[in-house]
Amino acid sequence: MKRSGAQIIWETLQQEGVDVLFGYIGAATLPAYDALLDYPIHHVVVRHEQSAAHMADGYARASGKVGVAMATSGPGATNLVTGIATAMLDSSPVVCMTGQVLSHLLGTDAFQEVDMTGITLPITKHNYLITRAEDLGPSLREAFYVARSGRPGPVLVDISKSAIQEIIDWEPDADLVHLPGYRPDLRAMPEEFQRAVDLINQAKRPVILAGHGVILSGAGQALLDFVKQANIPVALTLLGLGGFPASHPLNLGMMGMHGEAWVNQAIQEADLLLAFGMRFDDRVTGTLSTYAQNARKIHIDVDPGEINKIVKVDVGIVGDLRETLEFLLPQIEPRTHEEWNDHIRNLRGDSAVRDVRYLPDDGHLYAAHVINDLWHYTDGKALIVTDVGQHQMWTAQYYRHEYPRHLITSGGLGTMGFGLPAAIGAKFARPDAEVWVIAGDGGFQMTAAELATAAQEGIKVNVAIMNNGYLGMVRQWQEFFYDKRYSATPMRSPDFAKVAEAHGLTGLRCETRADVEAVVQQAREAEGTVVIDFRVEKEDSVYPMVPAGAALHEMIRRPSVTGTPIGLT
Amino acid sequence: MLHKFIVYVEDKPGVLNRVASLMRRRSFNIESLAVGHTDKPGVSRMTFTVDTDETTAFRIEANLYKLVNVLRVECLTNEPAVERDLTLIKVRADDQTRPSILQIVDVFRGRVVDVTNESLIVELTGTQDKIEGMLEVLRPHGIIEMVRTGTVVMGRGPDAPSISPEFVQARVPEESAAR
Ligand SMILES: Cc1ncc(C[n+]2csc(CCOP(=O)(O)OP(=O)(O)O)c2C)c(N)n1
Ligand SMILES: [Mg+2]
Repeated sequence: MKRSGAQIIWETLQQEGVDVLFGYIGAATLPAYDALLDYPIHHVVVRHEQSAAHMADGYARASGKVGVAMATSGPGATNLVTGIATAMLDSSPVVCMTGQVLSHLLGTDAFQEVDMTGITLPITKHNYLITRAEDLGPSLREAFYVARSGRPGPVLVDISKSAIQEIIDWEPDADLVHLPGYRPDLRAMPEEFQRAVDLINQAKRPVILAGHGVILSGAGQALLDFVKQANIPVALTLLGLGGFPASHPLNLGMMGMHGEAWVNQAIQEADLLLAFGMRFDDRVTGTLSTYAQNARKIHIDVDPGEINKIVKVDVGIVGDLRETLEFLLPQIEPRTHEEWNDHIRNLRGDSAVRDVRYLPDDGHLYAAHVINDLWHYTDGKALIVTDVGQHQMWTAQYYRHEYPRHLITSGGLGTMGFGLPAAIGAKFARPDAEVWVIAGDGGFQMTAAELATAAQEGIKVNVAIMNNGYLGMVRQWQEFFYDKRYSATPMRSPDFAKVAEAHGLTGLRCETRADVEAVVQQAREAEGTVVIDFRVEKEDSVYPMVPAGAALHEMIRRPSVTGTPIGLT
Repeated sequence: MLHKFIVYVEDKPGVLNRVASLMRRRSFNIESLAVGHTDKPGVSRMTFTVDTDETTAFRIEANLYKLVNVLRVECLTNEPAVERDLTLIKVRADDQTRPSILQIVDVFRGRVVDVTNESLIVELTGTQDKIEGMLEVLRPHGIIEMVRTGTVVMGRGPDAPSISPEFVQARVPEESAAR
């Protein structure tokens, strides 16, 4: 049958199960957008292309399916770059389509021409430049396959206007994925499994380090079974949160720079670390030379490039985490690790109720309280999307993450401005979920224009801004390491509630802890997107903290405060 | 230590760029790189040598497999293999010096492929060591220009690495496991 390139794009996307995409039109993509009207694919008009990529990313993280973003050539395409890099560093399956100039103009510095495949080479899992309509079907199919298989990641398909406009004979089901060199299925050497089993069965003080891979490979149940058998405590990375239930007695909590002190201490004392789908980011190891010096290490990851990249391991198993754990389980001997788990319980001691307990409830509003209360009033079931900064770490610490794909946050790239657009994408993926954005006053303003998108789409996300009047995370570093010289971190913001109202949305404000419940409930009940301006303590800091250059157990603890300790609800 | 890799890649635009970009970004320092067709249509073969430790060599291999257009990576560092470099050297040679230069070329089993009143072009094939050796003795005569193809390597014996094997095992270096 006769088909234009534009039609091939949408029909292929339909075949891939796409029913929504996020984008922004321009001259190079105009003919594609014209054809889009004839297909039942919903297009969300964003306010900035960076947000389109974040929305596709949020959609992907909430659903496990591939998210799709689209931008025109030149500036539209380059605006995607931050979003693509964000997806790359957090292994998120996203397909970005960009328009490109007519193929005979390629390489001539034509109007709105940029070398997108060149620009995105190091921040995509793979990319394509398409100049002929006949290549569209196969390349798009490959793009979806590459994005979601193995270690997921973003794939860019740069499409010349010539290909979009060309009309060819096309058979819809004839396009096959032909990727002879693509190996999402690299396998471990069989000896490695035996070595792993021996180390696990012999260990006295083992700790599991569970990362994003647990969620990406759907290994939650396999991990629970593994822990049930071996009684090994589980520490989580930021992106691993939710991969293992917070309520499980062997869940230690988050590790790393703002991890719990007892978690980091346990890692330092361990004799065996089991790294499951995590990558030893510098934010979780502290200084490498002093990291878990007495521990042997087993690393399981789909990506062979991760093994021995940062930390030298004793056993590296390349493979899907769920499959690997299921394979290992029958050979794991039952253990109680009573002494070790008791020891960690002792380390935890008082701090088990977390530092938040010692925040004085003296009329000030602490972000930690807000987040703890939000957890309480949403029954721990909300889909939480954060921005980047102090509020992000507090969210990791004080919202107790029970379920996979319920926390969406930019970990690897730490992209401010991620929260609101990612939440909009997540809401499209899971319309029934109660979606909350927890953002800072700074990051929120980076993509606040997407409130207009939420309003136009008529979707509901609740935005809780932890408004501390500072670029708080950086201010904290200035407080600790630069003698409180607050260079470029104080920030004056507009009245966020009024900003919401200007968009025809609901805007609320909260200044005391006593009011938290009321505004949260009001937001939950209100129709459409709600913004709550939480006026929180200005110079509060995230504790504990491993300063740069320190060993993992050398943490700055919250200074003791006199004030009435109040318990967690 | 000098590690030698053979990499089969799909012969598509931009593949060399992908390999080079990966090497640059991860700071793997390439000593030499040679690319050309194979007897199989659509498949190119790269040979590159990297001076690095074993752990890094394994990481290079693993990272290459992450490139979608890479078909097969074979590390020949510890395998019996034939290794060759081709060099053209333009050296200053007049009536007086020509005989002794020709003698040197002869000793190294090189060939003279161009002669003028003032110069010679010498072609030499061999291992890096051999080429370095000849360069050393020619240098006093005045080297005008030189080009090297980079090392190419081929495993000895009747077998060849399969271009698209059924599955690939991801290797982890022994040294770290022994610890
Ligand atoms: C795009 C971008 N620019 C700069 C930074 C550096 N940065 C990290 S956290 C932070 C402060 C964030 O401030 P805010 O959004 O108000 O959140 P808070 O830390 O106060 O909770 C900054 C500037 C970043 N991560 N991303
Ligand atoms: Mg702030």
